Amino acid sequence: MIFTLKIWRQKNASDKGGLVTYKAEDISPDSSFFEMLDQLNQQLIAKGEDPVAFDHDCREGICGTCSLYINGRPHGPLKGTTTCQLHMRSFRNGETIYVEPWRCGAFPVIKDLIVDRSAFDTIIQAGGYVSVNSGGIPDANTIPVPKLDADTAFDAAACIGCGACVASCPNASAMLFVGAKVSHLALLPQGRVEAEHRVQKMVATMDSLGFGNCSNTYACEAECPKEIAVTNIARMNREFLAAKIFAEKEKQISFTL
Amino acid sequence: MDRSERRTLSSITGKVIMALAGLFLVVFLLVHLGINLLLLADDGGRAFTGAATFMATNPVIRIAEVVLFGGFLIHMMFGVGVSIRNRRSRPVRYQHKSKSETSPLSKYMLHSGIIVFIFLVLHFIDFYFIKVGLVAPPAGIERHDFYHRSLLLFADKGYSAVYLVGFLFLGFHLNHAVQAAFQTIGMNHSKYIDGIKVFSMLYAIIVAGGFMTIPLWFILFR
Repeated sequence: MIFTLKIWRQKNASDKGGLVTYKAEDISPDSSFFEMLDQLNQQLIAKGEDPVAFDHDCREGICGTCSLYINGRPHGPLKGTTTCQLHMRSFRNGETIYVEPWRCGAFPVIKDLIVDRSAFDTIIQAGGYVSVNSGGIPDANTIPVPKLDADTAFDAAACIGCGACVASCPNASAMLFVGAKVSHLALLPQGRVEAEHRVQKMVATMDSLGFGNCSNTYACEAECPKEIAVTNIARMNREFLAAKIFAEKEKQISFTL
Repeated sequence: MDRSERRTLSSITGKVIMALAGLFLVVFLLVHLGINLLLLADDGGRAFTGAATFMATNPVIRIAEVVLFGGFLIHMMFGVGVSIRNRRSRPVRYQHKSKSETSPLSKYMLHSGIIVFIFLVLHFIDFYFIKVGLVAPPAGIERHDFYHRSLLLFADKGYSAVYLVGFLFLGFHLNHAVQAAFQTIGMNHSKYIDGIKVFSMLYAIIVAGGFMTIPLWFILFR
């Protein structure tokens, strides 16, 4: 197959960058999108040019490292898949393919198609965990979890943190990501203990990083490779409002030596 | 508590306030529609004028009117504020147009909102400012006579067209707005979300269609 590629090239974070057109020829319909880019990069290297930089790791759709905004959609045209699971047979022969990095003020471009997604790590560090401070390993099933809760929590926990929700959102909002993280912990008894504190800290951190507001367009749900539902955003909003209205004021503890 | 938490209103709080103000306006629209439909009664405006006089003199309604203006102001201020923040969150935009599937017209809430706002300004000039005496009423019509004022306006095809367009966009706005407001206040649940979506669409059709019936009626049957 033959493709015309319009790829975003940007030397570094401060470079202005722009689209560069390449021809990809002799591409097997069974090659993955990344194999096609690998093939292009081999040609560029042979010519002594700088290869296109892009993020990838597991190449089996579970790590959340890959990105790419392909023809106006994060992770390309297939529903419920990451870019690494996308194959060239999903495109028409001769098609022009636009490849751009995720666009969001909180995700600055490092080089070409690679963006810095550590804003998500900052949000997780604000509360996306369960504190286990002491004790031995508890027996499995010591804490009963209803099947429905376990399933709903697992659906939310399927989030791989790739950032497609932010990339597709017209407002570059991170609400689906934060909603999924808040939900999967809030639904389980182990996570319930810190739920009030967690949701407030994570939302405040999300706001401080410069993500946009959710305007309920649901582009995130349509583009999420793990098909995380927007009901998780509503659950986060419920959790957040309940915490703001009903949670006790936290004691200020200051240490002096 | 670190500085990020002491920041102004949180994004969710701001949106919830906007959603609640919007839902309040949703109730108001039904009342307004009910009164307007009395224009269609073939009684020389007796029912309509009666309702208009009640709205203009009842002390409870007088207070409710101040709350209503507050509701409009809050909804518009937060709407514009949210839109500005959202624009800033993506300083470099995509080269390729977004092809992501979205809820119908949900991306254009600010646009449809602005069109409704322009209509609202015209509406104020045509009715409210005349009532409070800021604008002189047209010749032969008394300041509080909303019935003949309406008949005069609807006799003008141009005004009727503006009116129809205004409410068409209000319908688009409401279709997304009502169900989105429920999502924002946390009411999206597998049990009743389909009901809310149907309610939202029906409400939009009834309100926009209801208001649009009035000029169409005058054009077709009077």
